[in-house]
Amino acid sequence: MKLLVPIKRVVDPYAKVRPLADGSGVDTTGAKFEINPFDEIAVEEAVRLKEKGIATEIVVVSVGGPQCEDQLRKALAIGADRAILIETDAVLDSPAVAALLSDVALAEAPGLILMGKQATDDDCNQVGQMLAAKLGWPQATFAAKVEITGNSAQVTREIDSGEQVVALPLPAVITTDLRLNEPRYVALPGIIKARSKPLEKRPATSVQSPKTSVSAVELPPTRPPGRRVGSVQELAAAIKERGAI
Amino acid sequence: MSKLLVIAFDATDAATSFGFAHALGLPFDVLQLTGLSVPSGAGTVTLANLGSIPPADGLAKALQPLVAGYSHIASPSSMGSKDVLAYLAGLLDTGMVTDAIGVVSPTEFKRPIYAGAMTATIKVNCDPIIITFRPGNFGKDAASANGNESTTSLNVTSQATILSESSKGSARPDLSQAAIVVSGGRPLKDAATFESVIGGFADALGAAVGATRAAVDAGIAANDLQVGQTGKVVAPNLYIAAGISGSTQHMAGIKDSKLIVAINTDTNAPIFDAADLGLVGDLFTVLPELQRELKQ
Repeated sequence: MKLLVPIKRVVDPYAKVRPLADGSGVDTTGAKFEINPFDEIAVEEAVRLKEKGIATEIVVVSVGGPQCEDQLRKALAIGADRAILIETDAVLDSPAVAALLSDVALAEAPGLILMGKQATDDDCNQVGQMLAAKLGWPQATFAAKVEITGNSAQVTREIDSGEQVVALPLPAVITTDLRLNEPRYVALPGIIKARSKPLEKRPATSVQSPKTSVSAVELPPTRPPGRRVGSVQELAAAIKERGAI
Repeated sequence: MSKLLVIAFDATDAATSFGFAHALGLPFDVLQLTGLSVPSGAGTVTLANLGSIPPADGLAKALQPLVAGYSHIASPSSMGSKDVLAYLAGLLDTGMVTDAIGVVSPTEFKRPIYAGAMTATIKVNCDPIIITFRPGNFGKDAASANGNESTTSLNVTSQATILSESSKGSARPDLSQAAIVVSGGRPLKDAATFESVIGGFADALGAAVGATRAAVDAGIAANDLQVGQTGKVVAPNLYIAAGISGSTQHMAGIKDSKLIVAINTDTNAPIFDAADLGLVGDLFTVLPELQRELKQ
């Protein structure tokens, strides 16, 4: 079975980022970029499925500028077989990305799409579901465990009240949550090997005009500085005084 | 005409939606998927009478005809609403705003990005607009009643099948709605200690229980108790963080709390920078004492 894994290039989630001085966007000057951590979990899961003999080929795809090649190479180093970069410098919202990915999915005809539940930059949590809807496929979001048997997937997904196990006929879209796996450390031989793996660049043919766009970015209001108390009695008194209980 | 449809997954959802509806300032109806209607006179409420929430692919398709004619379709933010509403947005080929925390105008919303490190204003240029919003940011307004209530039956056929569901079956208040939340981290050591120390304190105060990602990953607490960017976002009157260092992703989930109290042995823990009240001390001795003091 062929697996398709869309990945997004995002600012290192541990980096400190700030709004641009004019508030028009996010200042990413000098920032390090990574694969969106949730997408990296998806790549890892795909590689594990290949190691188990369930997946035969892993195709990673990204949408964006030429710099996304770095993240695609990283995914190839983790163990993906082939990469596709849909090149565009347009500002993309989730529906536009889902439309471009749906074209790729139709052309590649994977048995399963694995991707992160959300990106750590915009935190939208939309593209996986929109992609599934466009393809008319079932989905399992927030996956904590994935098992493939024949032509169906059994997914343990995190839900608001605990966990839920669903069965999906394939093809389907599965979006990954934190506890699905811990991505492996990629050693040098993997990185070197990834350089010779195929990476195909195609220009994005038609990009939808964005339905949502960021018009301003600001820092959230800061809380007034708190105070330290010296004893439990003092703490209890302060809680009562604030009327919090 | 501009009109909002609130898709409430249950009665609690419906009851917490009026603050957002009033902030949006548009006339609105409520479609409640499960449970009985809110006892206070809500707006125009349609009960879908589903026993439980079916998988997203079928539910979104079944909702499609019911949302026709509405300019805005919104639900309180939850894993469930993000699952279904984003699929619905895909079916309708329209745009979506996740986790709205403010309404600038009916086509402009504020939402957190980068784990809450920044707030973005999103301009929306599509019809309909799909929104999930955080009720804690919109106040608990009462319904503007006109008392209409009707029922509809949703015929849902999903490709996905639900095989089983673990329900927490807890008598404790719901984490995202509770007035008091007490959360614990890794220092709680194991599940039994977590339950007796954090659970016991919570029960004494009628509070909900939360946990850090580290505690959940270590198997100390259940996954649905995780508070933070990737877990539940809470906004209680009182948030007590016991043995929690205060990672960015945890803080993203609690910063709308009215009063944050931190108890930690590490005087340099980042949680003290964000807390309104901080006490350096061992949670195992502080919590029982605090419980006695607060009950007095």
